[in-house]
Amino acid sequence: MSLQDIHIKVADAHSVGNVEAILNEIATRLDDFVNTSETGLIDLKSLPFSTDEYERLRAMLGRGEVTARLNSIGESEIYETHFPGVWWVTHYNVEGDIVADLIEIASVPAILQSQWEDVRTGLGRLRQTLTSVRGEPVEP
Amino acid sequence: MKEQETLEQRLGEQGVSRRAFLKFCAALATMMALPPSSASAIAAALAKAKRPSVIWLSFQECTGCTESLTRSHSPTLESLIFDMISLDYHHTLQAASGHAAEQARDEAMKAFYGKYLLLVDGSIPLKDGGVYSTIAGRTNLDMLEEAAKGAAAIVAVGSCAAFGGLPNAQPNPTGAVAVSDIVKDRPIVNISGCPPIPAVITGVLAHYLTFGELPALDELGRPKAFYGETIHDRCYRRPFYDQGKFAKTFDDEGARNGWCLYELGCKGPTTHNACATTKWNGGTSFPIESGHGCIGCSEPKFWDAGSFYTPLSAPAADVATVAQVSMVAGAGAAVAMGALDRVKKQKLQQSREKLTVEDLKGD
Repeated sequence: MSLQDIHIKVADAHSVGNVEAILNEIATRLDDFVNTSETGLIDLKSLPFSTDEYERLRAMLGRGEVTARLNSIGESEIYETHFPGVWWVTHYNVEGDIVADLIEIASVPAILQSQWEDVRTGLGRLRQTLTSVRGEPVEP
Repeated sequence: MKEQETLEQRLGEQGVSRRAFLKFCAALATMMALPPSSASAIAAALAKAKRPSVIWLSFQECTGCTESLTRSHSPTLESLIFDMISLDYHHTLQAASGHAAEQARDEAMKAFYGKYLLLVDGSIPLKDGGVYSTIAGRTNLDMLEEAAKGAAAIVAVGSCAAFGGLPNAQPNPTGAVAVSDIVKDRPIVNISGCPPIPAVITGVLAHYLTFGELPALDELGRPKAFYGETIHDRCYRRPFYDQGKFAKTFDDEGARNGWCLYELGCKGPTTHNACATTKWNGGTSFPIESGHGCIGCSEPKFWDAGSFYTPLSAPAADVATVAQVSMVAGAGAAVAMGALDRVKKQKLQQSREKLTVEDLKGD
């Protein structure tokens, strides 16, 4: 008897209902966003999914026009789904494991926006660069 | 002293950007089973947090709990040890051995008296003066009593430390007991499981680091964020239970269809743990997803609770409990946040107030 002789049938995810529940939640949050501009976050790691349900959710949300990659303590993949304002945000660690898997309801996910602390630090670096371009001595 | 630096300072020194720090906090929120919107509140708290000293004592155990911790990927064991806590004694993981190791423990206990976090895995044998498990010639009881005195809090890691576990199973030849049977005057959090989920161990440590106190606990001393619901409540096969679709054997049509394993002895309805959502091996799967029922390893006396393959509803089991659990579970349709004090947080979110650190603390 070989492995191929063991017939395994994947359960029909359509009948389980978990994907429909999460789609309903996304619709509710998106409705809030449309009416009150309130952004929303859903933690997919806290929800019960079988692998095929997870893939089905991904297929049903689809991919929209924008995809961004963040390279910061491991990669992050951020893309807008087929439904504008509904973003799929997946954070990986440096080993490539998923550390957070989120659906974010927003016009732009918060993590993509420049952070004020980083902007200030960056301005300092830019000024230093300018100083060195001008050939002036760089302040220690 | 490095221990006195905050986490934000340490990460800043390593050139980690604010955006990276926010990403780290988003991962922490997920790990601690807090609402995802709490990442900014966590960031604010962590900006001030100090690395706590941690002393880890291993007693009557199989090292499975430490093995589990070393599989932590969020955060990794390395970042946990180097960035988040100061692990001053763990006789399996530390480089020092023999007298040098015991000296490190003594020094850490003196330097951080009243402030260190004491982690314990394994049960403590009391029979015949505790001779069945000793370290450097001292009984586990002696070592625990000494270390507990100066501990700010104790974390009992694994079912042996939390409830007595396998050594405590009948006929309990060594007189094994849980940490809470010995220490009565210190806050204790039980992280049960055989072994516990690595993210739950690190999640409790992260909670302590972030908020400076232990998370909200259930009546068995377990953190509600991870043990607040049963495996059954959060099982992806739950809809099959509701539809009355059960596998009757491990190789029948129902098993192949991925139906509910209740009749094959699954203890999911009476077992509180986060396996169904946090999962194992870096989020790969959990026992039910691999076709085997839950054996109930995070509940007290699970070894003595009858066969792993006898249905909970069989006369030997506590039928009243099962009926009660089934009724309660029927009402649990909301699938949004995996958090303690869910109602309070939902109210806060509904009233569109910003979550603060105080709201996230267990009460």
